[in-house]
Amino acid sequence: MELTGAEITVRCLQEEGVEHVFGYPGGAVLFIYDELFKQDKVKHILVRHEQGAVHAADGYARSTDKVGVALVTSGPGVTNAVTGIATAYMDSIPLVVITGQVPTHAIGQDAFQECDAVGITRPCVKHNFLVKDVKDLAVTIKKAFYIAATGRPGPVVVDIPKDVTAAKTEFHYPETIAMRSYNPVIKGHAGQIKKAIQLLTKAKRPMIYTGGGVVLGGAADELAQLVRALGFPCTNTLMGLGAYPATDRQFLGMLGMHGTYEANMAMQHCDVLLAIGARFDDRVIGNPRHFFSEERTIIHVDIDPSSISKRVKVDIPIVGNVREVLRELIKQLEASKERSDPEALKTWWTQIELWRSRECLKYDRSSTLIKPQYVIEKLWEVTSGDAFVTSDVGQHQMWAAQFYKFQKPRRWINSGGLGTMGFGMPAAMGVQLAHPNATVACVTGEASIQMCIQELSTCKQYRLPIKVVNLNNKYMGMVRQWQEFFHGNRYAESYMDALPDFSKLAESYGHIGVKVEKPEDVEPALREAFARKDDLVFMDFVTDQTENVFPMVPGGKGLSEMILV
Amino acid sequence: MKHIISVLLENEAGALSRVAGLFSARGYNIESLTVAPTEDATLSRMTIVTVGSDEVIEQITKQLNKLIEVVKLVDLSDGDHIERELMLVKVRAVGKDREEMKRMADIFRGRIIDVTDKDYTIELTGTGAKLDAFLKAIDRGAILETVRTGASGIGRGDRVLRV
Repeated sequence: MELTGAEITVRCLQEEGVEHVFGYPGGAVLFIYDELFKQDKVKHILVRHEQGAVHAADGYARSTDKVGVALVTSGPGVTNAVTGIATAYMDSIPLVVITGQVPTHAIGQDAFQECDAVGITRPCVKHNFLVKDVKDLAVTIKKAFYIAATGRPGPVVVDIPKDVTAAKTEFHYPETIAMRSYNPVIKGHAGQIKKAIQLLTKAKRPMIYTGGGVVLGGAADELAQLVRALGFPCTNTLMGLGAYPATDRQFLGMLGMHGTYEANMAMQHCDVLLAIGARFDDRVIGNPRHFFSEERTIIHVDIDPSSISKRVKVDIPIVGNVREVLRELIKQLEASKERSDPEALKTWWTQIELWRSRECLKYDRSSTLIKPQYVIEKLWEVTSGDAFVTSDVGQHQMWAAQFYKFQKPRRWINSGGLGTMGFGMPAAMGVQLAHPNATVACVTGEASIQMCIQELSTCKQYRLPIKVVNLNNKYMGMVRQWQEFFHGNRYAESYMDALPDFSKLAESYGHIGVKVEKPEDVEPALREAFARKDDLVFMDFVTDQTENVFPMVPGGKGLSEMILV
Repeated sequence: MKHIISVLLENEAGALSRVAGLFSARGYNIESLTVAPTEDATLSRMTIVTVGSDEVIEQITKQLNKLIEVVKLVDLSDGDHIERELMLVKVRAVGKDREEMKRMADIFRGRIIDVTDKDYTIELTGTGAKLDAFLKAIDRGAILETVRTGASGIGRGDRVLRV
């Protein structure tokens, strides 16, 4: 039987087991929406802005190991989605974004709501397609899901002209797909792994540094096993938090620009560094020249060969799926007779404990103002450290990363690479839909939240009981911090004047709003909010305006050149 | 250092712009880029001439390999190879220069493929350096127009890039 392109699109989503599609209708996708209407396997979530659709699909993907799906119309639908797509691209999140396009005969005619979707998204997708013939539609969607989810994951855009959604053809969904030009490596090179074991067991000052790849690669258990077997210190990047339990003694906290003193010092002074699913980016190692000033041997495990020796020269590259490689490392380590020198390790740990005793995350606990760090600490206590936490971008993001001690992977959902303000709220929607009974908190600030605040309406429509933790200091806090440190206290345009009353705003959307102004009210407010299992509660915490994020590695400085409290 | 990277990629709409976009987005140099279908109609062959340190060239080849449509590639400069470029030059050829221009074309093994009473059009094939040398050898003021294809390259002997 022949099906229309629109029917085929929806059937493909069903075949892929897609439960939720986040989207916003428009002219070019009306046939697809008509088919969505006629079935109930794929549930459509209507957002209030296409950026929200892609972030929600992104949050959904980050908190599960599934591909997130968004559906937007042509022209402005696509351009609004671009921020979301770029966000997912920078953090390697598997998404399939279906975009409507004007009919094929109108392409290139400057038609109403036309834009070159493939051209606009090309630099921020893993791959994209324009489907010009309905006969290619099913296989293209199959390819899109395959490419998005395998290898180093990423977003894939499928642009479908309106006439293709109306045209008919036989439907056949391929079960598997093989592409001669795309064959991701899975197993790591056994010889390289052997060399890595020799280096690791000879190390006197070893360090294990892991990133988002361990989370995305589902390798947290293997990482914990390896770290414990070796007895080495471990640090996670912002994207990698939760891959190793944060309360464990071998965990040194996050590293990088706002990493802990002990993590950054150990990273700088180690003699053998094992990097796993991480990419030595500028927010992690600071000034690369300063990083090179100390000699160390680097072993780098990553699925993407282009991440290896990109910013830092690597001695032992191992290309492969991190879980496969870690399993092989553990296996070979168990079989090997070589063991680390316990004396050297002891000396190294003594040094690390000395760094740790610097207590770099301390803050003034006697203040009469609400300290943002205190709010996150209490959030951790009240949620028993087991919530899904999304965040926006800025100071609140760093405090959440520093003070919410993530114990499990896929619990910390934030825009690390692109640094997209407005991410937290829609991402939380995706997380809550993927985990209807889980506790989901969105840690945000009064500036970020306003970039996608319209999604409070979506939350009402689908009864998403997200808990919004708004750290309101009336400043774009991170901008203000940089202006204080590096621009002579000239707070150019970083003060948020004319803020709404957030609790009333939340109420007008049909939610519960709370304003919290005193430190002693923080914990009761959180307890009350999280006790409300069925409601979205927007907690507006009025925090100390002058609080800064420490430690801080200033731009252009080295990892050990931190500004401390 | 100059490198000639030869790429086999799926003969699909947009593949060229992905390669060009990659070079501009990551700030890599393109000296020249040529692309045409191969004997296998599903594949295109692209030759990219680029300049960069070893680290940059390593990144370029890795990033190219990452493009979904790239099937295979080789850095021809890693081994023995042949490089050829085609140039069409229109030169002024009047008076005593007319004979001189003919002689220069002969010396460089060029062919005069179009003649009027005022000018010649010369076809010249060789490495980029040879074409540069020809342009240097003739009177600059005599050059009316040059059209170059950019380099194509192939490995020597049994050095073959195929699927």
